[in-house]
Amino acid sequence: MNRINKKLSEGKKLLSIYFTAGYPNLNDTASIIKQLENSGVDMIEIGLPFSDPLADGPTIQESSTAALHNGMTTKKLFEQLEGIRDTVSIPLIIMGYFNPMMQYGVEAFCAKCQELGIDGLILPDLPVAEYDLHYRKTFEKYGLVNVFLITPQTSEERIRFIDEVSDGFIYMVSSASVTGSTSGFGNTQEDYFKRIESMNLNNPQIVGFGINNAETFVQATKTAKGAIIGSAFIKMLTKEGKQGIDAFVKSIR
Amino acid sequence: MNYHVDEKGYYGDFGGAYIPEMLYPNVEELRSKYLEIMYEEEFQKEFNQLLKDYVGRPSPLYFAKRLSEKHGTQIYLKREDLNHTGAHKINNTIGQILVAQRLGKHRIIAETGAGQHGVATATVCALVGLKCIVYMGEIDIKRQAPNVARMKMLGAEVRPAMSGSKTLKDATNEAIRDWINNPVDTHYIIGSAIGPHPYPDMVTRFQSVISEEIKWQLKEKLGKENPDYVVACVGGGSNAAGTYYHFLDEPEVGIISVEAAGKGINTGKSAATSKLGRDGVIHGCKTLLMQTEDGQITEPYSISAGLDYPGVGPMHAHLARTERAEFISVTDDDAMQAGLELSKLEGIIPAIETSHALAIFDQKKFKKDDVVVICLSGRGDKDLNNYIEYFDL
Repeated sequence: MNRINKKLSEGKKLLSIYFTAGYPNLNDTASIIKQLENSGVDMIEIGLPFSDPLADGPTIQESSTAALHNGMTTKKLFEQLEGIRDTVSIPLIIMGYFNPMMQYGVEAFCAKCQELGIDGLILPDLPVAEYDLHYRKTFEKYGLVNVFLITPQTSEERIRFIDEVSDGFIYMVSSASVTGSTSGFGNTQEDYFKRIESMNLNNPQIVGFGINNAETFVQATKTAKGAIIGSAFIKMLTKEGKQGIDAFVKSIR
Repeated sequence: MNYHVDEKGYYGDFGGAYIPEMLYPNVEELRSKYLEIMYEEEFQKEFNQLLKDYVGRPSPLYFAKRLSEKHGTQIYLKREDLNHTGAHKINNTIGQILVAQRLGKHRIIAETGAGQHGVATATVCALVGLKCIVYMGEIDIKRQAPNVARMKMLGAEVRPAMSGSKTLKDATNEAIRDWINNPVDTHYIIGSAIGPHPYPDMVTRFQSVISEEIKWQLKEKLGKENPDYVVACVGGGSNAAGTYYHFLDEPEVGIISVEAAGKGINTGKSAATSKLGRDGVIHGCKTLLMQTEDGQITEPYSISAGLDYPGVGPMHAHLARTERAEFISVTDDDAMQAGLELSKLEGIIPAIETSHALAIFDQKKFKKDDVVVICLSGRGDKDLNNYIEYFDL
């Protein structure tokens, strides 16, 4: 069983943290991952930086630009993740845009992920249709869970379709926005969360976008299986550096 | 060989819709409805009426006698520069604003580089009374002050794109982010034959009026519909797509696409995507793309702000790969000289983008009786400062 599916079968609500690889410093990747696991995080999204992250707000954009400036590349990230499975056992997901993966070679990228012990991928600009048409077989060959997004605008029919093709969890985007742009959840989100809960989907949902503290984490996970924090974590890293990680994670729950 | 988009949104290896799920409802709505909307009788009537009375179409097909003598061939210029707002861009914005109305959208966003597409979008928004927001790179805002002023006069809000390199590709990113943040009431008018399916095809169809007119105009003048060559400059490739459209399946018509070589293809300051690009994904489509080995998109360079896009429309990538089109790259210097030459020989000051298409005669030799149609995509008023600086006028 894939580490993601195993983690999802545990009884608790999951806290997942996104960070941009290569930020604040080029070689922080492995130590941030280890610290996050030690602080009690359940799952990690390792952001592979891209020059044109069109679904991201300013915080993740800036961290990506800085990471690229620091010298981060796909090859570099894979080097940094060598041996990560000797010390870290929680699920690790690489999240990034499709073009860098395509340039590395989709098959080579997937093979490398399997070799390093990466469990899944989130590629916001590789939608279901293109994935199905060109890449599904390769992802599956290397045992990678591919995670798809849904939003408040996604139709019920399409949610059912995405649920059918998913084998892990569904990334539930909390509101119509890029990352890091909302604060707090209102009635719209409550209704949306309830609507999704009532659909009784096969795949558990993990909420992302707009979660930045204990309050929003609790709200998001009232109905969903877990929540992902990205921009708020990066803001903390910018301000406090790696020594702030433990306190940040503990402040969420 | 098929040069048109297939049912999955691809031109051979290129195209598709590589978009985040947040954009899916909007793009899917457009994909499922655009053809039906565009070919409604009422739509066609309104579109054609506006092209005639507002844009000033048909644009003339002008036999450039002195230029022809100089280069020893028969050169015809398709005068898109005489359109309202000074370029071909308005053909597409008129079409898309009518689509937006039929989709019930009341907020319009657009990206712009040099400002021509921004002005064309602001113009049609004023025409129908819709709110208009144009994203423009912070650096371009400084470089293109007159077009910024035009957009403001037309009632549009110009928002600076402050991210990345602060030019066209970043303005496009910001427009896409705006669309993600405003998924219900907003239509995004993309200005070139780029973006996720159906945009490249929709923009191409709206611009195809150019080649439709060339056909009957040549028939009138020469008694035959097909020239020997059609020539256009290619940045994203909307004027080129429109110029080629009705000739794609006519093998006797040669297609010549002119890219900006900038300071020279191998100088690191170039925008010649067909030579320097590799297959990649940008702004929602798979196409030829200038990028680092690692897949980070690089910033192209050209003296012309309309040609410095790191990608090229997926149809053009397909025309390059299948060799249906011959790609020629023209440097800044050669383009500027060609712009000056046209001004002196024919009394027409072209946009610097267009000047690239006029500069092919050193690299490509034509027969004396070849009929060569060049799309004169825009007028040079917006580039006067560049011309002044370059020629020390």
